[in-house]
Amino acid sequence: MTKSFNPQSYEPGTHPDLPPPAITTGLIGWIKTNLFSSPLNTALTLISLWFLWQILPSSIHWLFTGAVWSAVDRKECWAMMDAPRDGACWAFIRGSLELFLYGWYPEPERWRVNLTFILFGAAVFGALRENIPGKKYWLMFAAVFPFLAAWLLFGGFGLEPVPTGKLGGILLTLVVAVTGISFSLPLGIALALGRRSRLPVLRAICVIFIEFIRGVPLITLLFVASTMLTYFLPPGSSFDLLMRVLIMVTLFAAAYIAEVVRGGLQGLSSGQYEAADALGLTYWQSHRLIILPQALKISIPGIVNTFIGSYKDSVLVLIIGMMDILGLGRARLNDPDWLGLAPELYIFISLFFFVSCFAMARYSLSLEKKLETGHQS
Amino acid sequence: MKQKTTAVLSAAALVLGVAGTTQAGTLEDVQSQGVLRCVVSTGIAGFAQPDASGVWKGFDIDFCRATAAAVLGDANKIEAVTSTGKTRFTKLNAGEGDVLWRNTTITFSRDVGVKLRFHGVNYYDGQGFMVKKSLGVNSASELDGASVCIQTGTTTELNLADYFSANGMKYEPVTIETNDEARQNYESGRCDVYTTDASGLASTRSALPNPDDHMVLPEIISKEPLGPATRHGDDQWSDIVTWVLNATITAEELGVTMGNVDQMRSSNNPEVLRLLGVDGSQGQELGLSNDWAYQIIKQVGNYGEIFERNIGVDTPLGIARGLNALWTEGGLMYSPPFR
Repeated sequence: MTKSFNPQSYEPGTHPDLPPPAITTGLIGWIKTNLFSSPLNTALTLISLWFLWQILPSSIHWLFTGAVWSAVDRKECWAMMDAPRDGACWAFIRGSLELFLYGWYPEPERWRVNLTFILFGAAVFGALRENIPGKKYWLMFAAVFPFLAAWLLFGGFGLEPVPTGKLGGILLTLVVAVTGISFSLPLGIALALGRRSRLPVLRAICVIFIEFIRGVPLITLLFVASTMLTYFLPPGSSFDLLMRVLIMVTLFAAAYIAEVVRGGLQGLSSGQYEAADALGLTYWQSHRLIILPQALKISIPGIVNTFIGSYKDSVLVLIIGMMDILGLGRARLNDPDWLGLAPELYIFISLFFFVSCFAMARYSLSLEKKLETGHQS
Repeated sequence: MKQKTTAVLSAAALVLGVAGTTQAGTLEDVQSQGVLRCVVSTGIAGFAQPDASGVWKGFDIDFCRATAAAVLGDANKIEAVTSTGKTRFTKLNAGEGDVLWRNTTITFSRDVGVKLRFHGVNYYDGQGFMVKKSLGVNSASELDGASVCIQTGTTTELNLADYFSANGMKYEPVTIETNDEARQNYESGRCDVYTTDASGLASTRSALPNPDDHMVLPEIISKEPLGPATRHGDDQWSDIVTWVLNATITAEELGVTMGNVDQMRSSNNPEVLRLLGVDGSQGQELGLSNDWAYQIIKQVGNYGEIFERNIGVDTPLGIARGLNALWTEGGLMYSPPFR
């Protein structure tokens, strides 16, 4: 019984064809094509390897193996090492972790902060996740979240009021950043639409606002919020400093979002507008159903870019004496028991910012991929 | 630069006619708030810094607590209004704080131009030099040709230039921004000398791996008297702050401490009795209760105790009293009498 060779009788993946030469696949192949493909690349690879060889062992030693994780003060920390500064003194960060997270939020009320963090996670998850049952309710929850969070954090209506001055550290950084981000998007879209409006007064107001805010550095606006505004207001009236800062940060981000969204609106071909008009849709209908979904899709990289920028800009509040994570960290550097541990502190803070910014960037990338319709306008 | 900013801001305020309206009655405001709001720094080692649980500690903070003890009877009723060098005076002038205890050098332009009222000196600072002992230098006059780490845009830079040219010496500046950066440069040997205010040198030195290998040279080349400030236009409040500081100094001079203040109430010394409010009515004249100074010393301590607790020789900073010793011990701390 001889069976003639018939390639079609093999199940997919079981064809006995010879595998590609080992030199082009697997680890060796990858290394050869990516690292040693030309004399220049070979040289660059070798230089990089030498460089890593130089810095990696000592970095790992300083960061992990030689580090001290618990001690009462810096003296003890350094005494536990082979030589002072031989390793990181993470005990400093560990001991202040709770302060860095909550600031001066009163201890018995900290469950409210924890609950806010959990609800924040839920709101982000619910708003960003597709294919989730009850998507409509998740979105409604995400829209209500900022107000819910404000109630939980600052109290009132049955909860013990907490003055805004008690916020500090990561909590304050997140409050500034999340407020700026979540209120600047709707405001920015409104400004972008206003700038393209046919109503001259509305358009003029939007243009003046956007150009003014973009023409002034954030730090100037923060100085105005912290020092000048108190002179403009009637004496004796006090307008909460955090509230002033939040408004300034939001307005600042909104002006940038507006320009990003305007770019998206201009990126649409005029045929889209004309088609919407031809269907007899009103202004709001056409924008809600046709224009904005497409314009916002194009604008995602720019919007996320602005978000990440304003998230990192939030540390500027330290210049007006507010104790966000950077301001509070720098204040802690002055503890006489822990003097001289600036590298540990700054590594910790950069790690915090890197993790959160990287997560935002990755999410934006996946969102772009998901919304990709294969049409480049 | 800082002065210029504040001057511009105060000028703007004057144009608006708001700062002109003085806020009299700070004492009543503080007593009705039930808390004293002190403008303090965002962190200067030993002078004001939050501890691991966020409680503000330090030399300036203790004076704020002393003020609260006198005014409210409870040293813990304070609120730290953190401010940077740029925002401190506007915060005070705009009424966001009641008194400034913030490592602030008293100068003509601040007193007159920024319209503050200063109330004496709680710390005599001055610019000094730190070198490695291995250099074998014993005096600043031997520093010819040295590389010097110096913060840019500060008066220390100008003082340094003046001092070196007055002594016919040359130096090579290594400019830095912060104390930590200075320490790193000094530690790695990029500069032979670090110069800043003596209190800052002490904290920098204590953060070095081997503090004993380094020394602060004896020369002090500038005057930096640090003291509390209040707004113009509230004389009663100004008197209170002035005499809170004087009470701590007088208490040290009279030997009244946290530990013995209760026994001292039955002392034979009439000045002690007046200070502690056993005799006379000095507290009432200030608008406070008669035991105001007793509360300061009981809850916070006298000047020497505040000094030793926060920045003295037994703390990591290890600053000797020096100019800040009592006048009877060769220093400049001198309080007018309680009479």
